[in-house]
Amino acid sequence: MSSRRRTKLQIFRVVVFLIAAVFFITPLIAMFEFSTRGNSETAPRTLQPWAAIFTTPDLVTAITVSLELAAITSIVMLVLLMPTMVWVRLRLPGLGRIVEFICLLPLTVPAIALVVGLRPVYVWININVTDSILALAFAYVILVLPYAYRSLDAGLGALDLKTLSEAARSLGAGWLTVMMRVIVPNMSTAILNACLLSVALVLGEYTLANLLNFENLQVAIAYAGLAGDASTSVALAVASLVFAFVLLMAISFLGRRRRPSLAAAGTDPQYLTAGQRT
Amino acid sequence: MTAAGSPAFSAAARPSRGGRRLPLSWLGIIPFAIYIGCFLLLPTAIIVAGSFANPAGGIDLSNFTSINQPFIIQSFTSSFLISAISALVGAVSGALLAYAVVTGNPNGMLRRSVTSAAGVLAQFGGVTLAFAFIATLGTIGFVTVFLKNIGIDIFANGVWLYELSGLTLIYLYFQIPLMVLVFTPALDGVRPQWREATESLGGNTWHYWRYVAGPLLAPSFLGCTLLLFANSFSAYATAAALITQGGVIVPLEIQHVLVSEVGRSQPGLAKALALAMIVVVAIVMTLYSLLQRRTSRWLR
Repeated sequence: MSSRRRTKLQIFRVVVFLIAAVFFITPLIAMFEFSTRGNSETAPRTLQPWAAIFTTPDLVTAITVSLELAAITSIVMLVLLMPTMVWVRLRLPGLGRIVEFICLLPLTVPAIALVVGLRPVYVWININVTDSILALAFAYVILVLPYAYRSLDAGLGALDLKTLSEAARSLGAGWLTVMMRVIVPNMSTAILNACLLSVALVLGEYTLANLLNFENLQVAIAYAGLAGDASTSVALAVASLVFAFVLLMAISFLGRRRRPSLAAAGTDPQYLTAGQRT
Repeated sequence: MTAAGSPAFSAAARPSRGGRRLPLSWLGIIPFAIYIGCFLLLPTAIIVAGSFANPAGGIDLSNFTSINQPFIIQSFTSSFLISAISALVGAVSGALLAYAVVTGNPNGMLRRSVTSAAGVLAQFGGVTLAFAFIATLGTIGFVTVFLKNIGIDIFANGVWLYELSGLTLIYLYFQIPLMVLVFTPALDGVRPQWREATESLGGNTWHYWRYVAGPLLAPSFLGCTLLLFANSFSAYATAAALITQGGVIVPLEIQHVLVSEVGRSQPGLAKALALAMIVVVAIVMTLYSLLQRRTSRWLR
């Protein structure tokens, strides 16, 4: 490479990185700045809005509920997906493509469209089963399905499932033992990955909760913003964002350190197309 | 591990019974099938069936003819416009950023942090993103106030943040990182030898991009642009938090129909709108995966 071209390339790179840094960092700074504003333009900086998060009952309830939803979604997702995927790989390999197709289907059904069909289902659930917000977890499992599937699929792909399960079975282990003591420990990174992605997605979820008339974290943030409590809602937004950032950063570093093939689960674009917009 | 899964497991664990291959192993996927049926296929079926049903209980296309109203057509036009612009601008800027990334040290700190940051920011959206931009460019936002103090009024011609142009700008905040994520692998597949070969045959930089790298990267670039289009076409939460009234884009129109009187008098309209969205996204995503398949033929 000629030195003139290299200089040009370096200038191009610096300019691009600078513009990108300004575009992407400014809103984050602005949000933090906004959350520490006092009541008037001349008021001194204050962390009062941050403290107010924990003294506003609605927000505390919403935070608790969203954390519970995240936990339930992760558990239901694992309980549903893990045995099914193992079973399909061992006994019904012909169904592999169909299961994959179904698991990736939610990527092509926008959440705002899915919610239209879910409303009648939830009307029925609210009347006949429960009107608790925690029922939302059932729909959230569908939303996290593609991401969880990809992550678990990468984990299972790295195992010699047949040999492992046959060895365990021939030593007298039941299927439950095979799952819990052989397969799960061997793919703990992939499972953790799937859970972290689910948690990040559930904590950022707004569409389903809002249109099924439940108040989760994001809906509460939006309400607080409308109710004129702008600084506190922005403070909570920053807090939830930082939490999601930490989770997602954890995913990308986790995968990279342990097993290169799993790093993809954190950074492969297709895992990340739904996110907080859903 | 699972109350639902284990009975099926043990039931199917003895395939030798009677010497015949009874399809007992099928029992293992029943819990999954039921779950998917209830929460994914049933809602989809409700949308499809509901959009062809009329209030009288018959089947016709009345819901689709009622899409043909000026304000709904307007929201579709806006949705297409905002998705196309944010996809194109996002694709071009994302590709430039991705190129700046791949021309650096492949194991360097810069590349690692940009990739991680892109992974995180592509996820970023919804209420929080809308708030971030209100705090930045709202009427009392950080940047607005700062610019006003040095004599620049960005809202001299009216506040555009809460309109389509503002929404397009905000969407770029997750579109560009997504483009970096999906386009970097394609750029990584471009080998330096191809450039050297071009040069040894007497080609210059223009020839290289026009006849070698450009045609090779074009399918991937086009595919990624389509993915970005689908991504912003289906985005709802950011717009809902930013624009509090009116169905400016299709997702907001669906929300409006769902929660207002219109929905009660015309229950099929929301479903028809939802079906239209699903069809658009499904077409775009199919084209995307076709183009990705074509890309993988060369760039691996």
